[in-house]
Amino acid sequence: MHKSGAIIRTLLAVAAVLAVLAQDRARADALVVDLSNHLVAITTGFTGTDVLLFGAVQSEGDVIVTVRGPDQDMVVRRKERKVGIWVNSESATFRNVPAYYASASNRPMEIIANSQLYNDYRIGLEHQRFVTEIDDKDRNSSDYRDALLRNMRAAGLFNQRPAKISFLSNQLFRTDIHFPANTPTGTYTINVYLIRDGRIASIKTTPLVVSKTGVSAEVYDFAHRYSALYGIIAVIIAVAAGWTASVVFRQR
Amino acid sequence: MQIYLPIAEMSVNIFLILGLGGGVGFLSGLFGVGGGFLITPLLIFYGIPPAVSVATAANQIVASSVSGVFAHWRRGNVDLKMGLVLLAGGIAGSTIGVWVFAWLRSLGQIDLVISLCYVIFLGIIGGMMLIEASRAIFRTRRRGGSFRRTKKHQHSFVHGLPLKMRFYRSGLYISALLPLLVGFFVGLLTALMGVGGGFVMVPAMIYILGMPTSVVIGTSLFQIIFVTANVTFLQSIQTQTVDVALAILLLIGGVIGAQFGAQFGSRLKAEHLRAMLGLLVLSVCLKLLFDLVITPTELYSIAPENL
Repeated sequence: MHKSGAIIRTLLAVAAVLAVLAQDRARADALVVDLSNHLVAITTGFTGTDVLLFGAVQSEGDVIVTVRGPDQDMVVRRKERKVGIWVNSESATFRNVPAYYASASNRPMEIIANSQLYNDYRIGLEHQRFVTEIDDKDRNSSDYRDALLRNMRAAGLFNQRPAKISFLSNQLFRTDIHFPANTPTGTYTINVYLIRDGRIASIKTTPLVVSKTGVSAEVYDFAHRYSALYGIIAVIIAVAAGWTASVVFRQR
Repeated sequence: MQIYLPIAEMSVNIFLILGLGGGVGFLSGLFGVGGGFLITPLLIFYGIPPAVSVATAANQIVASSVSGVFAHWRRGNVDLKMGLVLLAGGIAGSTIGVWVFAWLRSLGQIDLVISLCYVIFLGIIGGMMLIEASRAIFRTRRRGGSFRRTKKHQHSFVHGLPLKMRFYRSGLYISALLPLLVGFFVGLLTALMGVGGGFVMVPAMIYILGMPTSVVIGTSLFQIIFVTANVTFLQSIQTQTVDVALAILLLIGGVIGAQFGAQFGSRLKAEHLRAMLGLLVLSVCLKLLFDLVITPTELYSIAPENL
């Protein structure tokens, strides 16, 4: 029931997109996009989800989509063998690293445009620039940068390669954006680029919010906002549970 | 069935966690130990962040100690005065421990310190248990009966320390500094390792303080309740890593498992139990040591900077 509701909403939205497009005929570069859902709700049963991005272009062109999570500062630590065991030794700090990054395109990115364009608009993981502080004399920053990308990919938070955008006709396109179970919360920015002849013809930006809802959100909030009270409650729960157990099992 | 843990911020298999709590509960019922030293490494092996594992295990141990202490209290096997002195040391030790924990975490060395503490303590305790138990088994076979060597009122450096105090229930007249120090040290371990510390406390009470074995378990459980409660409270404030949902799941499994363990344990010989526990402790120790020594597939690790 929930699913069919989402489909109906999507269909309505597609119809709306087409209607807008029809009015917009005068503008050749028109690009319209929307999401099946602007809110990814992390509930107690959350195991990851897909968000459908769909849109329409007025005329021929390639489409690239980037999804960027909220920025954070990340520390990358390198392990070294010291007296036989592996110990974190040197480290590097990267500023404004997105907590999540994914991209999608309808054709291989290198065919759509040259890397200069991607660099200028910072499209794709390879073209992200991070402010780096490094205090390791034995390794250069690209080793750390590679390690950062590798770890984020292993965690499922950076995509391995751009996902596929499929065109349903010359005008309508769609792609699924996957959010894994460990998706960080915050406001995400989704950019959709329409590229023609190796140049950007149009950009549309749409936000997406990932937030915890329900019990898990309240627990997390409470633990951070009233941490002392949370600690006391945690102890009370444990004492009550232990006491209950001793009473229940004494009867036997 | 998956459940999303609010503080660990990951989804886990609910039955796996229940089973884990149940398994450790079974062992703790079987061997009469708290099981914190098994819960924390197993949670870490499962993929729960070490900080969350340690803080949450402390919370779970509050419950298992409370459920255990009543039986001892009713039988009068708690030396309240000794418990309070140990507790004073324990509160100080665990408070400093939580602070050290937060400091090591900011340096990115907490995982290493947790693993090292485990390797060292599990290695020593497991080894000693195994040796002691195998000797007992050997003796029983040879002489057809078990016996205990007990030395009463043995004098050592312990009796030369100042601040002497009388502990009537234990029949001791010793320096208060000694239980204070033992309590402090175990409190430190509670904060760093997420254990009740019974496996260090009990031998220390018998061999260092010279307490009679009848009051050792009850008194140790009594003070563990308050030390682990202190750790739960302080970790909640300082690192926000106590996951109540995870603790409740472990609790449910643990309470049920412990009942089965206790029933099953009554059918086995004590020295066989100790030998099995020794082997179990040593294998957890070896697994942790192995992970520290082998070349990891990924030499780099990442973490948000503000943690």
